[in-house]
Amino acid sequence: MKNLLTMEGVDRGTLDALLNDADEFYEVMHRPIPKVPTLRGKTVATMFFEPSTRTKLSFERAAKALSADTLSFSPGTSSLKKGESLKDTVLTVKAMGADLMVVRHSSTGAAWRVAEWTGLPVVNGGDGAHQHPTQALLDALTLRQHFGSLDGLRVAIVGDIRHSRVARSDVWAFSTMGAKVTMIAPPTLLPPDLTGWPAGVSTDLDAVLDQFDAIYLLRVQAERGGVSVFPSVAEYRQRFGMTDVRFRRLKPDTIVLHPGPMIRGIEIDSGPADDPRCKVLEQVTNGVAVRMAVLFQLLGGSKQENE
Amino acid sequence: MRSVMSGDDMTRALRRIAHEVIEKNRGVGGLVVVGIRTRGGPLADRLADLLTEIEGVEVPSGIIDIGMYRDDIDTRPRIELGPTELPGDIDGRTVVIVDDVLYTGRTIRAALDALADIGRAAIVQLAVVVDRGHRELPIRADFVGKNLPTSSQEHVTVRVAEVDGEDGVWIEGSDRGSEQ
Repeated sequence: MKNLLTMEGVDRGTLDALLNDADEFYEVMHRPIPKVPTLRGKTVATMFFEPSTRTKLSFERAAKALSADTLSFSPGTSSLKKGESLKDTVLTVKAMGADLMVVRHSSTGAAWRVAEWTGLPVVNGGDGAHQHPTQALLDALTLRQHFGSLDGLRVAIVGDIRHSRVARSDVWAFSTMGAKVTMIAPPTLLPPDLTGWPAGVSTDLDAVLDQFDAIYLLRVQAERGGVSVFPSVAEYRQRFGMTDVRFRRLKPDTIVLHPGPMIRGIEIDSGPADDPRCKVLEQVTNGVAVRMAVLFQLLGGSKQENE
Repeated sequence: MRSVMSGDDMTRALRRIAHEVIEKNRGVGGLVVVGIRTRGGPLADRLADLLTEIEGVEVPSGIIDIGMYRDDIDTRPRIELGPTELPGDIDGRTVVIVDDVLYTGRTIRAALDALADIGRAAIVQLAVVVDRGHRELPIRADFVGKNLPTSSQEHVTVRVAEVDGEDGVWIEGSDRGSEQ
């Protein structure tokens, strides 16, 4: 594997191997000294052209726990403001000695372009409404830790699927690993063309609420137009939010996941959000572990093998 | 491929090593036997069982994975990581590291680093089935099943029943028969 750009088409063996490595890095994170020398001398550049707190911090934490150095780029304080192009920006950071780039950008395919331009291993840290592969890996790890396997697991992804790169990555990762995925959203928040998605569809959460082992709630994405296609936030909450009432109607062993940041009072109420069956904080911890596994996979093999 | 140790030879060597471990440490108090994944794992279990049998005191064993500690990740294909499972705290204990072959010493260097990240052992010793020479680091074994002089062109294969279905040591790629 040279890059990690998408979850679509990644085979099960590759996913299993990454999650197996992530299990070992999870153990490292819980040691008294949570650091290993694996990537000493390597430099990981986090190129986030779009706001992010947890993903950027998570990659930096992962790189540092592997003893790699980090170069951190934020658009607000950069020469992008002076008109420098994306290409010149990433080539500049490569010239400073980056060995791998994590790229987040509002445009679909930005990470592909960066991989082409730089020739470096690239991890897609989220491109527009397209893909967010490490989020899908950490979600799959969280499910696997809790249930032992994703085989036959029934997972609902609820919310703004149309604008969600998380959903686009999750349906592929979950279904490749054997889960049965159902996307649940109002018609306006479903993708216009559903052909090729390895998942079922429902527009009525209450009708199917008790059928799932895990409910994955998406954030309503105001910045991608997620509010304008829905009459009101209150109506969204009423029909698709994880309210206290809905939470009580779940099977007693159903868990709730959310990619964060959670908007309490819209897609999830505070009761469910603070319940032990809500795995948001486990997801965050697992995010560091899977990113360690991804960095190790892309930087920790012989060059011949990776090419 | 030429056989240099039979299964029986290996069993006898492990039994001798067990006695040497007991002699050197004046018993098995505070001892932990830790194998290096993959083949060191079952070898460590066997050595711990022998020590338990001989001394009548339970000697714990575990396995350590060194995949995160290798210094050759740029030049060799990577292998999937495996669990490190130690039988409790190693602080202040005597750890006997077990591996199949001692060659350059780099694996042992990695294992020492891995061990140091987990705890502070009082003493660390090394037991190997075969020492084939060609050290690249100042590392030596405390307990050796068989010293096997080799050329660096030769390949030494140790098979362990729990992993490979049979015990034994073989050497191949040797042209010593035609050496003048």
